[in-house]
Amino acid sequence: MSKEKIKISEALYDIMPSDYQDLVKSATYGKEDRGWKDIGNNKELIEQHSLCAGCPESMAFRYILASLPNPEDTVMVGSTGCTSLVFPMVAVHNIHSLFGNQNAIASGLKRALSVRFPDRTKDVVVLAGDGATVDIGLDMTLQAWFRQEKFTTICFDNELYANTGGQESGLMQKGFVAKMAPVGKLFDKVRLPEIARESGCHYVVNCTVSKPSLVEKVIRNAVHIAREIGPTYLQLYTPCILEIGKNSMEGLQEMRDSEKPTERFAYKEYVSEPAKQLLAELAAKDKERKAAAKQLAGKA
Amino acid sequence: MADIHSVIGTKNKKGQTYTDTWKLMNEAPRTPSFYTGSEVIKEAVRRASCDVMIAYPITPQSEAAALIGELFAEGYIGDYFRGESEFAVMSQCAGAAFGGARVFTTTAGPGTMRAMENFPMWSGARLPIQMIVTCRGINSPLSIQPDTLEIAYLLNTGMLVWHAETAQDFFDWILKGYMVSEEPDVHLPLALCCDGFFVTHTKDVVNLTPADMCLPPYDPYRSPVPCMDMECPPVRMMRDPFVMKSNYISYATHASWQQEVWAAVERSRKHSIKWLNGLIDVENADAEIMLLASGTAVSQSREAIRLLEDEGVRCGLVKVKTLRPWPEEEIREATKNAKHIFVPEFNVTGWLAKELKATVPNHERVHAGPRVAGGMTMPPEIIVNEIKTTLGLKKSFVMAGRGS
Repeated sequence: MSKEKIKISEALYDIMPSDYQDLVKSATYGKEDRGWKDIGNNKELIEQHSLCAGCPESMAFRYILASLPNPEDTVMVGSTGCTSLVFPMVAVHNIHSLFGNQNAIASGLKRALSVRFPDRTKDVVVLAGDGATVDIGLDMTLQAWFRQEKFTTICFDNELYANTGGQESGLMQKGFVAKMAPVGKLFDKVRLPEIARESGCHYVVNCTVSKPSLVEKVIRNAVHIAREIGPTYLQLYTPCILEIGKNSMEGLQEMRDSEKPTERFAYKEYVSEPAKQLLAELAAKDKERKAAAKQLAGKA
Repeated sequence: MADIHSVIGTKNKKGQTYTDTWKLMNEAPRTPSFYTGSEVIKEAVRRASCDVMIAYPITPQSEAAALIGELFAEGYIGDYFRGESEFAVMSQCAGAAFGGARVFTTTAGPGTMRAMENFPMWSGARLPIQMIVTCRGINSPLSIQPDTLEIAYLLNTGMLVWHAETAQDFFDWILKGYMVSEEPDVHLPLALCCDGFFVTHTKDVVNLTPADMCLPPYDPYRSPVPCMDMECPPVRMMRDPFVMKSNYISYATHASWQQEVWAAVERSRKHSIKWLNGLIDVENADAEIMLLASGTAVSQSREAIRLLEDEGVRCGLVKVKTLRPWPEEEIREATKNAKHIFVPEFNVTGWLAKELKATVPNHERVHAGPRVAGGMTMPPEIIVNEIKTTLGLKKSFVMAGRGS
């Protein structure tokens, strides 16, 4: 999408909603080094949300939308759950269709966009909860990876079914007592990051969203690698403070506690050889761009 | 926005000329060809300017789905792959249609049932996907034989549902189907059904349009909903997501959206009448005995009418082409003189007879049969016998093994 397309006709400017005016004036579509630091300075691509106060998922959403390298040509695919309360208010085209079919939707979408726009970059990013990704949709999650579909899968892992009220999920920890796990979950947390690697993902990260700079880095990497090489997978811990009995101000600490080296969300990363090469090339280009900008600034 | 008319007369990468569809279907020369139904599907898709086809094996549509793969290998289709299940395939079709592609797929029987969750989503999302349904049994014990019960489940999905009688119907309707489906005031998916094996696996003479002429491409911007390609402003869809609101506004929004889907089904009438030359075909409209059928049962009814004519019993025929939209007025008019309306069907429940009973006055005139199921054939003789038994006439045929 060219930025021209979101411009407002002068005659209609005053009747457009203010959030749209803001998008045209100060959103970061097309900004090459966009990232989490734009939050607060520029119009965010998320207008508002109806998630619970202090929900880590809402932070994750903001960091991700601020970090997408190419939002003006990115289409996101969601699934049913708390994320579907946010997507209607996101200024990036997004699709909700059914529960669990997100990677199938994304497969068809990415192929259609490749057929229709052979000479342009159109990124597809899936964002769904752990029930959608690992339980009901596991088949389609894995099959998209087997087929080497070129899009990014992000799983918001809150270790349960949050939107339906806290039922057991495959990514829940063993022993956790929840609805539908009345005597505690009987089997281990599914090891999807390892399965992702074995299924052909070229970039796999398991982490929390406690650090916006880290979220920015892994999102950019995941989208670039998916665009050029093949499927990528991010599993991000976004605890449901409501369902694990925490208060709204305790989400950040919960993530920090869970990312300690011995904990289940200690930072883990897998990068395939071709992906490593691509990241090195991107880093070199980035360095060049920054040097050029510095030089330009020096001249001025 | 692209103007589709601007490409008429130009050539695609395979050298086919984009042709005005009305001229293609009604004026272009036709070549009689002796093909199986599956091959006919392939030939129609060759001319349909499809962007994406997604396949999955299930009898009896596997051959057609694989033949379309050959078209992809030859370069006639933008992309093609085998999905992992019908549920996934129909979601992949949705993804491709959301992204602005003209999409084609095929399924059958248990596959239709497995994918069912997708169909109301397709129509709710206003995706003009075309899905061929080569009907087969859905019951347990396992059956792969022709049986049209699955159509009953499609009738309330908000899809257009057409039921082809012959391979010729199939060829023409695949191409015409896109023209109806993609109208901005319709923009709904089409389930184009036929009776498996009877149509897919038998050879018939079909008059094909020239292979070097094809449909104009789909224009995804002639749509009542935005195409998800980030080529138009990403408007905020709603202030609050209605899914989680328990209030009247939320219910009313969903209700009006559903009503709009069904209003679009209604609006497809005028386009379907134009392209299909009416939603029904009628023969001997003045007869007191009428047969009303869809799909292969129409062909069997024709034979039964001929047999009865030999015995001096005059019967009429209503061939129902579109089940959604349902040709309510047309059927009332066509059956107004009938004292008896027989509905031969290839399924155990008799869904077509139920639809008919809800449509015509004095529905005691409707005789819900004969019905066969599970792959049984329907010899015209059993239609003749059904009519004669009901009317108290002496049966003409002794049916071996049928206890008569």
